[in-house]
Amino acid sequence: MTARLRQAIPPVAVFVAVLGLWELAVRAFGISQFLLPRPTAIAIALSEHADELATVGRNTLVEAVGGFAIGGGAALVVGFATARWVAASRVLLPFAIAANSVPIIAFAPIMNNWFGILNPLSKMMVVAVLVFFPIMINTLRGLTLVDPASIELMRSYATSELDVFRTVRVPNALPYIFTAVKVSATLSLIGAIVAEYFGGAQSVLGQFIITEAAFFRFANAWAAIVVASAISIAFFLIILGVERVALPWHASARAGREA
Amino acid sequence: MSTVVAIRGVHKVFGAGADRTVALEGIDLEIEKGAFVSLIGPSGCGKSTLLRLIGDLTGVTAGTVQVNGKSAVQARTDHEYGIVFQSPVLFDWRTVQRNVELPIELSGLAPAARAKRAREMLALVELAGFEERYPWQLSGGMQQRVAIARALSFAPSILLMDEPFGALDEMSRERLNLELLRIWQRTGTTIVFVTHSIPEAVFLSTQVAVMSARPGRIVDLIDIDLARPRDELTREQPSYFQHVTRVRESLRRGDGQRTPVAAAP
Repeated sequence: MTARLRQAIPPVAVFVAVLGLWELAVRAFGISQFLLPRPTAIAIALSEHADELATVGRNTLVEAVGGFAIGGGAALVVGFATARWVAASRVLLPFAIAANSVPIIAFAPIMNNWFGILNPLSKMMVVAVLVFFPIMINTLRGLTLVDPASIELMRSYATSELDVFRTVRVPNALPYIFTAVKVSATLSLIGAIVAEYFGGAQSVLGQFIITEAAFFRFANAWAAIVVASAISIAFFLIILGVERVALPWHASARAGREA
Repeated sequence: MSTVVAIRGVHKVFGAGADRTVALEGIDLEIEKGAFVSLIGPSGCGKSTLLRLIGDLTGVTAGTVQVNGKSAVQARTDHEYGIVFQSPVLFDWRTVQRNVELPIELSGLAPAARAKRAREMLALVELAGFEERYPWQLSGGMQQRVAIARALSFAPSILLMDEPFGALDEMSRERLNLELLRIWQRTGTTIVFVTHSIPEAVFLSTQVAVMSARPGRIVDLIDIDLARPRDELTREQPSYFQHVTRVRESLRRGDGQRTPVAAAP
């Protein structure tokens, strides 16, 4: 634990130093609050608008997590199905790759049209489409990129296809899936906020940032960005924690190999 | 002595048309119960293919493979085979203990019984105390011993080994050769062993089947009648060197058969 604490010191020190330099630079060069508010000003904005930020943060979080669940769930289903039926993956994969190269955020106004601009589902769907591809493709990869020798080994045991899936493919896929899920956690918050920029319910992070910026209350906008980052980091850390518990062998396997 | 493996007139052809490769041609081989038979030959002689045919990991083009009087498919279904590949093929997400338990877990043995069996097998390969480690925490030689323990866990009637020590350094390899002999003597399992090392084949085997390349044929079947139990001193006996020489010459003749023009003076 002490070793871990010692590891944590340099990044924390850098973070504090950057904040200090930022504060000093803004004061020393007289940078206007309009361009870059001081960290202390942002901190004050945070505490003054704590209640409102908590509300808008929660609403955005619900959109992000909802979309993440819808898109991630669908991705797992499609990933497993395509891994199981190779013919299906040959047909679907080119479309999935084509769909992935579409800038999905451009669909936000369409989603508003489909699901109703005030309906949180319109934001969730943007998030869902955004996280779908990475999770789906990694699930498929993890289920299919299996050492052929382990398949032969299972064959020598005369096991069913289901047993191969259960004992080899799924455990093999879990690290791939977690990698995608971690990326998607941060992606989901980006998706939700950008989707909010295209209009909709007012009490969300995206609209809060737009409104405060429009009224030149930039310290408030920055405070909202801090909240968004905190939510995003928390979301990521929760999934990291789940991964540690679910795949104890994996984190330590990596550490063991690096050592 | 009863026959465990009976191979008759086996041909194996890969591909078709221009890509057609005759991997094995006219293979006849009988392996007695309790024998230790090595398949040796140049790369591409089909020795691994022959092993895989016995284990029903691939099918014959013509001929028959019988194991304990059954077809290879039936023998595989009846869990007659333990297989050890060149790489240990252990699952990273399972502890050593759970890796060894894998085959008996899949065949539906009760948890307590399979835990006991796995511990016995790990003791047999001298890995008692490593049950809760993960494969990546072990050396290559230890991993291969786990693979052997796993292969033996459901007491297969035949152990198929495909260059199991090929990736190890010479010292680990010699130590594992000794251990394998000890395990073979304790369990009485019939072993078919693919190798490209002449000393290894001679040291381990009751019989060495020498193969020639493309098409793969068995050109010689040499009885290795060195005294048992064999140990480090076996490798220093004149009779050991005679056998090594005998296998080497046989391999060279097999090679000569393949390219008669080059062999002419």
